[in-house]
Amino acid sequence: MSEPETTHLVRTTINDEPYERVVQARQLLVHFIRDTLALKGTHIGCDTGNCGACTVLYDGQPIKSCMMLAVQADGASIETVESLSQPGGELDELQRAFNDQHAVQCGWCTPGMLMQAKALLERDGDPDVETIRRTLKGNLCRCTGYVNIVRAIQDAAGQPVTAGTRPEDRA
Amino acid sequence: MSVDTTAAPTRRSSSVGQSVRRVEDGRLLQGQGVFSDDVYMRRQGFVHFVRSPYAHARIVSVDVSRAERMDGVYATLTGEEVQELCEPFPQIAPEPGGRLRDYPLAVGKARFVGDPVAAVLAETRELARDAAEAVEVVYEPLPAVVDALAAVAEGAPVLHEEIGANVGYQDTYEWGDVGWALEHADHVVEIDRLHFHRFSSTPLECNAAVVDWDRGTGVVEVRSNNQMPQFAAMFIAPTIGIPVSKMHFISQDIGGAFGLKVTSYPAIAACMLLSRKAGRPAKWTEYRSEHVAASGHGNERTFTDIRVPVMSDGTILGFDAKAHDDCGAFMRYEPLGGVIWAQVAPGCYKLKHLRLEYTAVLTNKCPVAPNRGYSRLQHLWMIERVVDLVAHELGFDPVELRKRNYPQADEYPYETPNGCIYDSGDLPRMLDLALDLADYAGWRERQAATAGSGRRIGIGIGSTLDSGTNNFGQARLINKDLPFSGNGEAAIVKLDLHGEIAVNLGSSPQGQGHETTAAQTVADVLGVDPVEIQVKPGYDTASHAYVAFSGTYASQFAVTGLGAAQGAAERLAAEIRLVAATVLGVEQDEIELEGGFARVRGDLERAIPFQGIANYVYANVAALPPEVADRVSLTCRYVYRPPFEIPDVDSKRGELTLTYAAQIHLAVVAIDEATGRTEILEYVAIDDCGRRINPQIVEGQVHGAAAHGIGAALHEAFVYDQASGQLLSGNFYDYHAATALDVPLMLTGEIESPSPRTPNGAKGMGEGGGAPLGTLCAALQDALGPGGATVTDTHNPSERVWRLLHRSDEASRAVRVASRS
Repeated sequence: MSEPETTHLVRTTINDEPYERVVQARQLLVHFIRDTLALKGTHIGCDTGNCGACTVLYDGQPIKSCMMLAVQADGASIETVESLSQPGGELDELQRAFNDQHAVQCGWCTPGMLMQAKALLERDGDPDVETIRRTLKGNLCRCTGYVNIVRAIQDAAGQPVTAGTRPEDRA
Repeated sequence: MSVDTTAAPTRRSSSVGQSVRRVEDGRLLQGQGVFSDDVYMRRQGFVHFVRSPYAHARIVSVDVSRAERMDGVYATLTGEEVQELCEPFPQIAPEPGGRLRDYPLAVGKARFVGDPVAAVLAETRELARDAAEAVEVVYEPLPAVVDALAAVAEGAPVLHEEIGANVGYQDTYEWGDVGWALEHADHVVEIDRLHFHRFSSTPLECNAAVVDWDRGTGVVEVRSNNQMPQFAAMFIAPTIGIPVSKMHFISQDIGGAFGLKVTSYPAIAACMLLSRKAGRPAKWTEYRSEHVAASGHGNERTFTDIRVPVMSDGTILGFDAKAHDDCGAFMRYEPLGGVIWAQVAPGCYKLKHLRLEYTAVLTNKCPVAPNRGYSRLQHLWMIERVVDLVAHELGFDPVELRKRNYPQADEYPYETPNGCIYDSGDLPRMLDLALDLADYAGWRERQAATAGSGRRIGIGIGSTLDSGTNNFGQARLINKDLPFSGNGEAAIVKLDLHGEIAVNLGSSPQGQGHETTAAQTVADVLGVDPVEIQVKPGYDTASHAYVAFSGTYASQFAVTGLGAAQGAAERLAAEIRLVAATVLGVEQDEIELEGGFARVRGDLERAIPFQGIANYVYANVAALPPEVADRVSLTCRYVYRPPFEIPDVDSKRGELTLTYAAQIHLAVVAIDEATGRTEILEYVAIDDCGRRINPQIVEGQVHGAAAHGIGAALHEAFVYDQASGQLLSGNFYDYHAATALDVPLMLTGEIESPSPRTPNGAKGMGEGGGAPLGTLCAALQDALGPGGATVTDTHNPSERVWRLLHRSDEASRAVRVASRS
């Protein structure tokens, strides 16, 4: 019995670097990024596309890399958290805002949050607070209760950060 | 080579109490953290567990031959093999629960959906999964029981034949005289049943480990996210027959744990056996569906026959109740939950007469683990429901009733009926702050204005305690033979060769910012800026100091971990002063440490930089008098020990925990009468954790704990089918972990009541006491109004709220009041 084709050549650009790899047909994009390319900043928090820890930008759009196959990266340009700033070097504006606003606790959701936030701010440089909260709906965080992540995105957008729920506190 | 012995660390002003930016954030924001799944070892294989699809079944046979024939499969492991290779894990419970036999894999029977019956080690993740599919297991399904009260009823299926019943532990806790109180009270409020549901904090990173059993040395390296490695080592050592000193646990970054990563030791033990068998490192990364079904759940507790004596002025005298804890299929950390609630026995109130009949029950569900707020939040919620229902039934103002029954500020330290000491606090002031921040009066007006609109507003208050720093002597109250008491934590602070200050902690953090707060603490003792302190990320049993109870859990790090860091820094400071005083020819008390120099007070010219001190001790030791050289190492280890005594086993009295942080939450909800949908309009969280080391980190913990409670109260639940024992919420979609839209942008406020019991005035915090559970139940009860149904469950999704709204018959009211004529 002849076996179906189980491997494919993938040519893709990740963080402006071209890569050419032969991958298993069933390999998930997130495993390609983490295991094959050893870019371990992108995380996995569920198996159902629910948590968003694996969020990367695919031709500029935020996608969940556990919901795509590695072969689908063929011809695409992908950005991961490692693209934001030079590891060990200075943080970019969004990362700095996450640090200033204490939007990081354990750090597992953080790379996905950053990529989702980057995409949002590229679409809308001055998002209101409800837009920010809606945008984060697909990115779970179990540490921060989201409050400081919302504040960090406001901060990165140059807005005053919201203090709480009262109408006068809403940005 | 030249050594610059004049350079010194920069100056600083006091950093404890400041919101110093976290130093660990840089690597986490740049994707440079090192978590367990990031660890690769040469020749490693991947582990996949074969898990039971049945809640209860006899394992007739396990055939691994097809899997073993697959190319790239390195080893398999079955329950039968495990039984030959291992002793059962030690049990904390006394007889009869202590007879329970728990192994790294299921032996003889599967006892919950997800119970691991076999494991495979293979070349890739995918192959390991395929090979696990090829393992043929023949099961003979048995009747399952997934309800604690049903499990203790006559004729229930028995999980563990060696116990003979499903009761793992049972005891009655009684302080004061509740019989007298019930007889003499003006009113007795009776509540039939209150149910605290099953949920967990589900850290976003699942359990993981890379385990390498070195055949040459017999040392096994464990790169895992287990959050309490010494505890794991104490359980694994006698089971596998390996000395603790040959288990090398390492972790750097852990993606959240919340207590649930204490009980990953059975899987780690299975990985050890696979690694030894295959002669390769075994890498295991749990899938979310496995985590949800088979890692650890929070304790589910059912309270029944609750009777509450109340005086006509609103003084609540105490309670009498029964509690059944559903522990799931194994006892792992249990039955510690059977005593840990007693740290907060009267809750936030001056209840004097308490009686609780506690039973830990085994059922065909996932074993429980000590989840955030462990065992106290169940009890605190019960008491909050009691106080709230007393107010509703007897017509007291919910604010005034609480204030009347709280200890007043001048009553601290307040001793509870069971001998615990509430160290400091001011709950009435916190409640006033919450009312003010929330504009309580304004919301009451808006509530009245919405009456009859199809939308109801409810306002609820919740008061809880976050007890921190356990006295492990309380374990003797459940098992008098356990040789545990007190608590402790270790740290090492070292002046390195060029005068650098390095800190190794005894605890493995999981997102709490230990590198930052430990740096702040040590910096202040040594008189330098926190950026000069290098706190080693993570934890390593080979290079860090520890005691058996080391760890980040039970809201203790600010007291135990920072207490140890402070003590070690003070020892180092004393050594630096000794060397400096010797060299400069002055008394030690004339030396002060400032800006990285040891200098003579009042004389800026006479000073030695830390690098100079290090040079004397490490490289120029003949220049020191021998009696000084022999006394300094510049590597200072300190064990912080809280001032505990052993609790009295007979009276069950004693100081069970050291500090009591407090929370007052206030929620305003709107309920849509047509759908039962609950929207949070306002949420205020007031916290008192004594002196705050880093206020921004404290606020982050308040947010996170509140989010877990809010998620649990309105959305999250592990639901089992009563007939089949199948888990119905087996992934994040069905479980509905709280999203950014579910958690309101809450307001926080604080008071600081420094603890007189701790080295730094701080109280441990972070678990948060489950305040939102009581708060949201009270808000729903308020919205239901007089004569409405009784809120009896912690979990109130739209469907349940709708039922509460639309059923106000007698059966929906679980409360009765008997008043003396």
